[in-house]
Amino acid sequence: MKSAKFDHQRTTSLADALAALGNADGEARIMGGGQSLGPMMNLRLAQPDLLIDISRVAGLDGIDMTGSSLLIGARVTHARIEDGEVPGVTGAYLQAVASGISYRSVRNRGTIGGSVAHADPSADWPSALLALGGEVTISGQGGERRMPLDGFQIGPFATGLGYDEILTGFDLPVLSDGAKWGYYKVNRKPGEFADAIGAVVMGPEPRAVCGATESAPFRVTAIEEKLAGGATELSVADARDMIAAHDPGFDDYDLQIHAVALSRAVGRAFA
Amino acid sequence: MADGGATDGKGIGARVLRKEDARHLAGRGKFTGDFRRPGQKELAFVRSPVAHGRIKSVTKPAGFEHCVFTTDDMPGMLPMRAPSKMPGYKASDYPALAIGKVRFVGEPIAVCVADTRAEAEDLAQATQVEFEELAPVVDMLAAKAPDAPRIHEDWDSNLVMETFADDDFGKIADRATVVIKREYRMARHAMNPMEGRAVFAEWDDRTDQLMMWTSTQVPHLIRTGLAEFLGLEQKQVRVIAPDVGGGFGCKALLQPEELVAGWLTRHLEVPVRWIEDRREHLVTGANCREHHYFITIHATPEGRMLGLDCDVTVDAGAYSVYPFTNGLEGAMAHGNLPGPYDLEVYRCRTQTMTTNKPPLMPYRGVARPGVCYAMEMTIDALAREIGVESHEIRKMNMVKESAMPFMSIAKKHFDSGNYAKSVEMATDMIGFDDIRREQQTPPADGRLIGVGMGSYVEQTAHGTSVFASWGVAMVPGYEQATVRLTPDGGLELRIGVQSHGQGMETSMAQMANEVLGIDPAAVTVTHGDTGLTPYSTGTYASRSMVMAGGATARACRVLAERMEIIAAHLLQCERAEVSVRGGKVVSGKGEVSFAEIGRVWYLNPDELPDDVDQGGVEVTMGYRPEPDSGAFTYASHACKVAVDVDTGKVKVLDYVIVEDCGTIVNPMIVEGQTYGGATQGIGTALFEESAYDADGNPLASTFADYMMPGTTDAPHYRIDHMESPSPFTEYGIKGMGEGGTIPTPAAIGNAINDALKAIGAEVNETPFTPRRVRAAIIAAQKNQQGDAA
Repeated sequence: MKSAKFDHQRTTSLADALAALGNADGEARIMGGGQSLGPMMNLRLAQPDLLIDISRVAGLDGIDMTGSSLLIGARVTHARIEDGEVPGVTGAYLQAVASGISYRSVRNRGTIGGSVAHADPSADWPSALLALGGEVTISGQGGERRMPLDGFQIGPFATGLGYDEILTGFDLPVLSDGAKWGYYKVNRKPGEFADAIGAVVMGPEPRAVCGATESAPFRVTAIEEKLAGGATELSVADARDMIAAHDPGFDDYDLQIHAVALSRAVGRAFA
Repeated sequence: MADGGATDGKGIGARVLRKEDARHLAGRGKFTGDFRRPGQKELAFVRSPVAHGRIKSVTKPAGFEHCVFTTDDMPGMLPMRAPSKMPGYKASDYPALAIGKVRFVGEPIAVCVADTRAEAEDLAQATQVEFEELAPVVDMLAAKAPDAPRIHEDWDSNLVMETFADDDFGKIADRATVVIKREYRMARHAMNPMEGRAVFAEWDDRTDQLMMWTSTQVPHLIRTGLAEFLGLEQKQVRVIAPDVGGGFGCKALLQPEELVAGWLTRHLEVPVRWIEDRREHLVTGANCREHHYFITIHATPEGRMLGLDCDVTVDAGAYSVYPFTNGLEGAMAHGNLPGPYDLEVYRCRTQTMTTNKPPLMPYRGVARPGVCYAMEMTIDALAREIGVESHEIRKMNMVKESAMPFMSIAKKHFDSGNYAKSVEMATDMIGFDDIRREQQTPPADGRLIGVGMGSYVEQTAHGTSVFASWGVAMVPGYEQATVRLTPDGGLELRIGVQSHGQGMETSMAQMANEVLGIDPAAVTVTHGDTGLTPYSTGTYASRSMVMAGGATARACRVLAERMEIIAAHLLQCERAEVSVRGGKVVSGKGEVSFAEIGRVWYLNPDELPDDVDQGGVEVTMGYRPEPDSGAFTYASHACKVAVDVDTGKVKVLDYVIVEDCGTIVNPMIVEGQTYGGATQGIGTALFEESAYDADGNPLASTFADYMMPGTTDAPHYRIDHMESPSPFTEYGIKGMGEGGTIPTPAAIGNAINDALKAIGAEVNETPFTPRRVRAAIIAAQKNQQGDAA
């Protein structure tokens, strides 16, 4: 299938992109790597009037670690993270996540900011970053603002971004040298979207995320409390109970694989 | 048949590199989508969003009415009709564009013509169709209900066709004390060749011909179909299949889009092109496989299978496909269910149902992956029941080599082979005993290991009598090949079959080498063009190497005789003193090159002898095996799997294949075909499913929802060959293109059930998705709890 007609505007600065977004008639969409929006447009599931291409916007592609803060620009590709550009334990965690996203040609173009802004519940970054914690940086006509990753995604393909705002990057915590993490994705084949995600990061406080749900990924506080209490393993049966308490909407199989994902993520963290 | 021509080791049995790969690896192949003409138009189709409904109105986009065509705008384009002589068969018209009613989601209603595909899709999107929706029939078993909605209103039920065989089970009752009953489903899925369907059509005023380049396996049948349904004389149609990127059966049929493109180019007087996108392919163009089984095996406590009783239901979808009909699946299921086994009694009823889904099409293996799966899974259930290893049951019950040729209980005339030997070899190769030992120590990661096998026998190169028995209107007869010496001693070989990945440009050249000794590099194989090749029903049913290869051998032999007459004259010796050998005609007195013979025939005929054959150095010969009841390839596949009990996910750890396709022409091609087929079988077993919701909406319309096996899912196959030549074919060759797909679902399903046997769980519905495997485990656990209570 071929996309419906749309206007295409290539921008070279964030200011231009924001202006284009603010002045747009009809529906405008930001395109970074285009690896999700492109297929959706070809299938005519998305039919924006204006496509604002930010793939050549200066900046937004930095990776900077200073002290306890890791800044990652929205335009950083999965491939760069897979190739180890992010240092330290945080980098190792992000590398493990990035290398499991689709296949290399998608990772060469797809971006971390695009993935989180697109907010596909089955994608890796929304879950993986929520488990890390930190903030999303956002630019709009009125200037910059920040939102915590907690609560940023509010549903399937829905976030706290305003219609005239652009996600510019992330300010993430830096994990200490000995920090443990575990990430487990249940899917049918390597590189496919997830059927279930379990993400566990033992930062200053343990964070445990249940992802690839029908809606936004969520933290499972009972698991976090158990980990904070010193637990180093989690049975599938316990994980089922703890996840079910958060989201009773799962059918039995979905509950099972999400419990397996979290159980194995804990197992990997403490392996 | 003393062909002594080959002296260079490039004939039958040689691992000759595929000639066609040179252009494909260099990107010099030319597919239908590569054609361009000035002024060409692109087509997009308005397809039905409802599964069952009456069309109340079609509103074309304002100002573009002349660019959108419904069947009412296209006088002379007739619905496709594929009749069958099967008793009670109900034929259905398959209109290229819906007439009055739609019967599946994706059915073409109108076609839009524009300069680009995107603009044509814009027109399609802007075309409004109003429906009176009708209740759909989505499931084949529900279609049998007396009050089920009628898909074809002039029918008295949704039954397309029924076959029935019965026998007296009383005569085995006192011996067959073990009765194993099972129910199985094989899911509908899609074929997915790398290249989808594609059509480029242009009317040639000079020759008054419709020229159609189309991605097809059967150019001559497309020509015949286009002529019939467009009201043209056959001489007015020329069909060319350029490079074709796979077919697997969906391209062995006349496509609605081909008819539409043919009509449009004639009446609009512009070249038109339609390139199928993957969504169209998944939703409308290539559905296949959907079967349901109630199956019962009657056996002795030792495992001797005496009786087989089965009710097979085939979900044929909405229409009958041209020319093979929608009766083929049921007929072939009926004839192939007993497999390689020697049974005493056989009862089988097949019912082919029409539903509000796309027409079911014959896919690589046709019906046999389904029947093999049902039969082989039930054999393993029997094995678990009586505590005998299933490979022992297979060997005990297979038709013996000493009994060949053998008429099976389903009236299949097995020609040659040692079926039990393939079981024994596969059992050894997979390391069966080692796996049994490994299973005694549960692995630490919680995964369960299982081993399974599937065996089959496959009728290939079905002849005239076999096709006639299936009732289809199109029956293959003598396959022809034309060979022509060029003036410089090269060889042109023209065959009516069509190579779309099978490597026939190489294997047919090897056949010529076998007879004439000519270097395969000097042989040009022309195929896929109705203007250049003998009429043929085309490439399908694992027939081309046997049929066209046989015709090639015969034509080459006659050419050799004619060249010998000329050469004897040039060498001034007796005819009996010369023979074709090593690409030359040789005698004790010297030798004559093929180039010399070509020169004399074409350019210096004054040097020809008086007794020269006036047919010259161009020969067409026909061939069919005698008897033409088919050459029977067989194989046993065995695999080792790991089942993740917590997720239900299955991983194939090892996979071995022992196959016997008679005399092997090119082992590399045989192995490539087998690996490809087996990987498609893994798709059937573990991944591929065209699911529908209760309203008949397809749930898998992109590769995001439709899972194909990829490189990470294909094991490193290990293969071994047996070679039992067919006594009925040239060189003993048997067909083998389809076989790889046939036993894979059975082998993997059996391995899963072997892994789960301690839990008492069994899977019985493909694909064996993690969700289905988990469901089987939970059902077994509930059963056990119920038993304990």
